[in-house]
Amino acid sequence: MSADMASLITPVIPALRRYARALLRDRAAADDLVQDCLERAVGRWHQRREDGDARAWIFAILHNLAMTRLRRASARPQAVPIEEAGEGELAHAAPQEEQLHYQDALAALGHLPEEQRAVLLLVGVEDLSYAQAAKVLDIPVGTVMSRLSRARERLHDAMSDHARRESAHPHLRRVK
Amino acid sequence: MSIRPVTEDDLNGYVDDALTAERRAEVVSYLAAHPETAARIEAFRAERDMLRAALAPVAEEPLPPELDLQRMIEARARPSWRSHWRTAAAAVLLLAVGAGAGWMARGFQTPPAEGLQALGQEASASYAVFAPDRARPVEIRAEDRAQLAAWTSRRLGRPVAIPDLAAAGYRFMGGRVVATEHGPAALFMYDDDQGKRLVMLARPMQADAEAPMTPHAGHGVHGFSWSDDGLGYSLVGDDDPAALHPVADIARRQIRKQA
Repeated sequence: MSADMASLITPVIPALRRYARALLRDRAAADDLVQDCLERAVGRWHQRREDGDARAWIFAILHNLAMTRLRRASARPQAVPIEEAGEGELAHAAPQEEQLHYQDALAALGHLPEEQRAVLLLVGVEDLSYAQAAKVLDIPVGTVMSRLSRARERLHDAMSDHARRESAHPHLRRVK
Repeated sequence: MSIRPVTEDDLNGYVDDALTAERRAEVVSYLAAHPETAARIEAFRAERDMLRAALAPVAEEPLPPELDLQRMIEARARPSWRSHWRTAAAAVLLLAVGAGAGWMARGFQTPPAEGLQALGQEASASYAVFAPDRARPVEIRAEDRAQLAAWTSRRLGRPVAIPDLAAAGYRFMGGRVVATEHGPAALFMYDDDQGKRLVMLARPMQADAEAPMTPHAGHGVHGFSWSDDGLGYSLVGDDDPAALHPVADIARRQIRKQA
């Protein structure tokens, strides 16, 4: 059984880290969350339905932990607004020009309400089906669709706004 | 067959490649006839791709050892002697505390422990319960130090200083309020680069309100307790007491300086 568990959970770990990091935008906090999630998944493996979808099941555990954590964080007056948090946490070795676009995309993502961010990530980045996303978020598929639609509109508006500001003040983003 | 009207759901399905080939073809011809919508949908696709590209490197990072699933599974199946011992000690200590601290106070005959002795036992019990906890050793983490200080001070009814043990190689992890037989106590946890943990327990003292540093030991843990001005502190670890003593000295020095 544990071989089966390892073979089903292990391939999902990188995606779990990515989802947690995108939601929390803090490497250490996100990895802590994934660790907590994995420990729960291992501990509750026997409660999982044999024919169930392991990927959606594990994402659901992680999502619930993340929401609990974000709610706790937002209840604190001194919490750092997400768009200011950890700019370096998601940085990587992309060419600088692209890196700026990436940061813009992530900043725009950070402005979305949590529920829209979650659905956008699960469907758009983690490639979950609408039905899997519905399971993870514990909402009907129709709600997944309407949230996804709103999330895309909003992300698009945020990124277009940004692009407009950029062209009005190109010197703000001079690379060299 | 009449063509069904294209909905927002279809457009999202198009972005996500979730449509049947047939429906997709219908959406494609709809978009060809509606360039504004087509531009919006293309932008959605581009933004989705940009998010994917921005986040892709996270999934490429090597996994830290804490996320090694095999290790986690093995740790559950075959607890190491150390965690096994700790679990056993936790059970024993909980039993002892639950039974009125009788068993632990053996050798002292009655009456139940008071003062520094009780504080040391409570600190050992907290250590046995919380130090082996990998998932949630502390309730409030180090980054929310101010919140933790406010919480513990409120529950203990007086300000409680959180010592910084970095000079001894121990990082502050966070803490929580715990129950003792003598009311709420503040628990602070620290660890070093090897993951070795220390627990400091602090609570107001009725007995032994002013007491010098006193060692205590039992069940493989060692500790040093003292009290100043009605507030007692106990630092506990499973380290050699000779190594623990200077750490307790650092803590006491700091607390006195802040008082």
